[in-house]
Amino acid sequence: MSDSEKTIEQFVQSDYKYGFTTDVETDTAPPGLNEDIIRLISRKKNEPEFMLEWRLKAYRHWLTMEEPKWPNVHYPPIDYQSIVYYAAPKARKPGPKSLADVEPAILEMYRKLGISLQEQERLAGVAVDAIMDSVSVGTTLKGQLAEKGIIFCSFTEAIHEHPELIRKWLGSVVPYTDNYFAALNAAVFSDGSFCYIPKGVRCPVELSTYFRINAINTGQFERTLIVADEGAYVSYLEGCTAPMRDENQLHAAVVELVALDNAEIKYSTVQNWYPGDKDGKGGIYNFVTKRGKCAGVNSKISWTQVETGSAITWKYPSCILLGDNSIGEFYSVALTNNCQQADTGTKMIHIGKNTRSTIVSKGISAGRGQNSYRGLVKIMKGATNARNFSQCDSLLIGDKCGAHTFPYIEAHNKTATVEHEASTSKVGEDQIFYLNQRGLSTQDAVSMIVNGFSKEVFKQLPMEFAVEAQKLLGVSLEGSVG
Amino acid sequence: MALLEIRNLNAGIAGKHILKGINLTINPGEVHAIMGPNGSGKSTLSQVLAGRKTFNVISGEVLYNGKDLLALEPEERAHEGIFLAFQYPVEIPGVNNTYFLKAAYNEIRKHRGEPELDAMDFLALVKEKIKLLHVSQDLLNRPLNEGFSGGEKKRNEIFQMAVLDPKLAILDETDSGLDIDALRDVADGVNKLRRPDNAALVITHYQRLLNYIVPDFVHVLLNGCIVKSGGKELALELEEKGYDWLAGATRA
Repeated sequence: MSDSEKTIEQFVQSDYKYGFTTDVETDTAPPGLNEDIIRLISRKKNEPEFMLEWRLKAYRHWLTMEEPKWPNVHYPPIDYQSIVYYAAPKARKPGPKSLADVEPAILEMYRKLGISLQEQERLAGVAVDAIMDSVSVGTTLKGQLAEKGIIFCSFTEAIHEHPELIRKWLGSVVPYTDNYFAALNAAVFSDGSFCYIPKGVRCPVELSTYFRINAINTGQFERTLIVADEGAYVSYLEGCTAPMRDENQLHAAVVELVALDNAEIKYSTVQNWYPGDKDGKGGIYNFVTKRGKCAGVNSKISWTQVETGSAITWKYPSCILLGDNSIGEFYSVALTNNCQQADTGTKMIHIGKNTRSTIVSKGISAGRGQNSYRGLVKIMKGATNARNFSQCDSLLIGDKCGAHTFPYIEAHNKTATVEHEASTSKVGEDQIFYLNQRGLSTQDAVSMIVNGFSKEVFKQLPMEFAVEAQKLLGVSLEGSVG
Repeated sequence: MALLEIRNLNAGIAGKHILKGINLTINPGEVHAIMGPNGSGKSTLSQVLAGRKTFNVISGEVLYNGKDLLALEPEERAHEGIFLAFQYPVEIPGVNNTYFLKAAYNEIRKHRGEPELDAMDFLALVKEKIKLLHVSQDLLNRPLNEGFSGGEKKRNEIFQMAVLDPKLAILDETDSGLDIDALRDVADGVNKLRRPDNAALVITHYQRLLNYIVPDFVHVLLNGCIVKSGGKELALELEEKGYDWLAGATRA
């Protein structure tokens, strides 16, 4: 091997700085999945009958399904009977959840993650719903939002306080029959976030959820539902971390977005679940279904994701462009290092007239990471003058990693315009040397090259998140080049 | 003390022995030109001095300010004041030119134990250098070398050199691919940066550049050896006679 190859070759695992565990007493169901467990979850949450029925229907449907085998990822079979489907931090005292009631250890954990709930509330910056294991532990800024008629609360609370909204929208974008993991989620999900922006209201702050898996052998199955009523606007952020554990943990979430006439939803994710160690031991299986429906005319849904964590990522944030003139966007940076695998992309389903979609996907592979882009652009018969532009770029660091692209285009309307551009490049020894020669360490050089490559996507993130994402990319590649 | 002292340097790439016993001393305030035909080892010398790992040193030593230069990583050499103006500056897509240069500048300041410059102060510095060098403002906001013309790339190299203010600048065929106006601008920039406390090693194929950057010494490199050294008039002699008349002499 030449020296230049060696330079790029010397990958070492950086420390995962979110890998701590928090010592909180949890209320845990026995492992395994059956109708009794589902009844238990529903009972623990005091759910109305319609929820239990929905869960049971989902469970029975799940039993008839098979785990998907088509993604370009490899992992040993998952034993669904060894997973704990419900784990809640034990409440110190019963009663309404205000920040003062939240266990100090949990607040401390969020402080470690860099989100102090109190601070967030005080600074009036971001409204945060924090979800640990399966239960929402406190939603900030609720009062301020309520004045505008905005509902932002845990899913459980929404089921109790706003059952009519849940009945109306739950499963309306991702039905429990949709796919294997969505069915599993529908059966066992224990919490999540719910958000409703009323007609004509522009949500004044970024709404945000932090997800955290803490308990051992626990699956996390949260559900997010966001409804933007006519003319409403909301920007929503989610961040995810988990402790380092040798066992793989399953995360099967569902996110549903609904945008009515002239409404806009911007959904940003920075996913940093524990990726496993450098030999691929441990890490999160991140099997997530995210879909938005542009139900109304002139509506817009925009997905931005920065995926640096998880042992395996399987997710395709998609848009159903039903309303005429509606717009769907997908901006993605997915990084796989060491033994991480990602099969991610999007689906843009054009149904309404003059619908437009944009896809910008940036895949970065390092170490032995495998990165696949999988995307579908479907133009239905009635989608006159639909337009799509897709750009898929892959960046390789070293020669043991892989980048794969699976674009699917189906056009059933002759007036449609569909463009697809793709490129693959390598971080060159000459690029690193150039930056070295100007005084930058190899570490900083790679980080700079990768951030430059991802720039178009970072531009879509809210400012503070963009800074965070840049740092995260740097950290995820730390020591990646010797 | 000499700024740079190369003693019996032997180096090569991929098993090929290219530099065969180079000796060269550069003092502060001096401009040295190295001339030679294609394949004589000019670029190898510049890359070895800058520390590129694809090249390997076989024997010999290089002292920089009396210290062992070859023991330093490329970025450490940059921190110590060595700057290489590349023959083919590489494109780094998406990385803003000014952002990059500020990061590089601050790395060097950190190394010197000086406080880092913030964006405002750095921009002020950049504006001053731009005026000095007739570089167009829009170069600053574009991604580093991406889509630059050959001339723009070379101007950008000299601009970076002006900002980073090196002790020893190595210009590797900076004149190649430049039209006469660009050549004059680039040379003009280099001349403005000349001071008694810094030095330059100008590597070139043609005498043309040396009409504008007047060297104190000229060395002829042939088959990995310096076969002749002299004053600036040597360049003119080469222009007239070509390199062939020196081919018989293997060692000066």
